[in-house]
Amino acid sequence: MTDGALELDCRGMLCPAPIIELGRRHAEVAVGSVVAVVADDPAARYDVPAWCRMKGQDYLGEERADDGTPRYLVRRTG
Amino acid sequence: MGGWIGHVLAPTRYLDAASSEPLHPAARETLLAALDAGWADPRRLHHPARSARLLLDNARAAVAEALDVRADEVTFTASGTEATHRGLLGLAAARRHVGRRVVLSAVEHSAVAHAAAWWGTPSEVGVDRVGRVRPDDLVEDCRGGDVAVAALQSANHEVGTTQDVHGVMELGLPDGVPLFVDACASMGRLPLPRAGAALAGSAHKWGGPAGVGVLVVRRGAAWESPFPADDRTDHRAAGFENVPAALAAAAALQAVVAERTEVAARQHALVDRVRAAAAAIGDVDVVGDPVGRLPHLVTFSVLYVNGERLVTELDRRGFGVASGSACTASTLEPSRVLAAMGALTHGNVRVSLARGTTEADVDAFCAALPGVVAELRA
Repeated sequence: MTDGALELDCRGMLCPAPIIELGRRHAEVAVGSVVAVVADDPAARYDVPAWCRMKGQDYLGEERADDGTPRYLVRRTG
Repeated sequence: MGGWIGHVLAPTRYLDAASSEPLHPAARETLLAALDAGWADPRRLHHPARSARLLLDNARAAVAEALDVRADEVTFTASGTEATHRGLLGLAAARRHVGRRVVLSAVEHSAVAHAAAWWGTPSEVGVDRVGRVRPDDLVEDCRGGDVAVAALQSANHEVGTTQDVHGVMELGLPDGVPLFVDACASMGRLPLPRAGAALAGSAHKWGGPAGVGVLVVRRGAAWESPFPADDRTDHRAAGFENVPAALAAAAALQAVVAERTEVAARQHALVDRVRAAAAAIGDVDVVGDPVGRLPHLVTFSVLYVNGERLVTELDRRGFGVASGSACTASTLEPSRVLAAMGALTHGNVRVSLARGTTEADVDAFCAALPGVVAELRA
C-alpha cells in the first residue's frame, strides 16, 4: 500500500461527503505529498479523479486498503 | 377526482422535457377525435374495424413522412423501450448463427445496455470527455466474427452530445454487422440519421402520448422477431394496437418536425444561457458538447453538493429538473453516462427545455441557481 501523508477514512460516507472531505483537507499536506481517500461509495471511483481534474491536482490511481476498501491516491500539486 | 389532479399539478417551471415532453396541442386534438373512431380491432372486416385500420395506416404514413422513411419500415410499439428491444434484438436474432456479442457505446441508454446483457455478451466502446464515440473505435470493436449487432445512439439522453452515426456507416462495419440506432432522445428534434439497419423512437419525448414507440427497420435489413410472434397488422409488433395514441403521436411528430428549425434555434440559444450561468458559479462541471448536441438539453454537476438536495431545493422554488446522481437513483451506482465520460457524478442536474419553455423561465432558473448552490454549499 502506498504511504500517504494524510489518510481520509471515508468508509460509510456517500458522495459528495468523501469529496467534501478531500476538498477541505487536501491542503493539510505539503505540495508534492499524497492524500489517500478510503471510500466504499462507488461514486468515489469517478468523483475523486473528476475532482482532481477540476482542481488541477494529480490523480495517481486506485488501490485497496487492508480490509479491501478502495483507496484513491491524490498528489497535491499546489 | 378534480381536487386530486389539482393537487398534483402544482405550478412548476418544467425543465425536464427529456424525461417527457408535455402533450403537443396537435396530439391532444387528434387523440380526442381518434378515441371515438379508432377503438375497434384493425384486423377485422366490418366498418368500425376498417375505420381503425384506416387511422392506423394514416398514422404510419404520417410518421414515415416526418422521418423521411418508407411506411412499410415503420412499426408502432408500446414504448420506446419496446422499440429498442425489438430493434436491437431483432437484428441480433437474425444473426444467431454468427455469435452473441453485442457492441455498444458506454453511454447507451440503460434499455440498450440491459437488452444487450440479456441477449448475449456486451462489449462496450469508450467515449471522450464530451461523451462522443470515435467511429474508428466502434468499427474496430466489431471485428472478430462473433458480433451479432452494434448499437450507437443518435444523441445522448443525459448530456445531449450527438453521435457520429453517419461516420460509422461511412467507415462501414465489418462482416456485415448491422447497426442499431437508439434515436429516442432526438426523434422529432433532429433529422433521423440516414444510417442504421433499425432505429427506435419514443412518442412522449416529442410531445406525443406515452405508450407509443416507433421502430424503423430499413428495407432489406435482416430482422427476425426475438420474442413470441403475434398475428397483428404488422409482423414486427405484438399486442392490440393503440390506434388513437399512434395517430396522436404521428400528429405531434408532424407538428414538431414542421416547427423544429425555429424551436431548435431558440432552445439552443437558451441552453447556452444555462451553460454560461452554471459555469459562472465556479466549481461546476458543465458536461457534454457545447455545440454538437441536442438543442434543448444541458447537464452540469455541482462540486460538493448532493444531487437529491439540489433537485428538491430547485423544485421547492418551482423548477422541475432531473439528476443522474446516485442519490437520486434506486442504487448507489452513479450515472453510467457521467462515469464513462469522466464527469463529476454528484451534484448533477439535467435541464431540458420543453416546447413551451420561455426565455423568462430560463432566466428565472439562471437567476435562482447561484443562490440555491450557495445555500447548499454553506
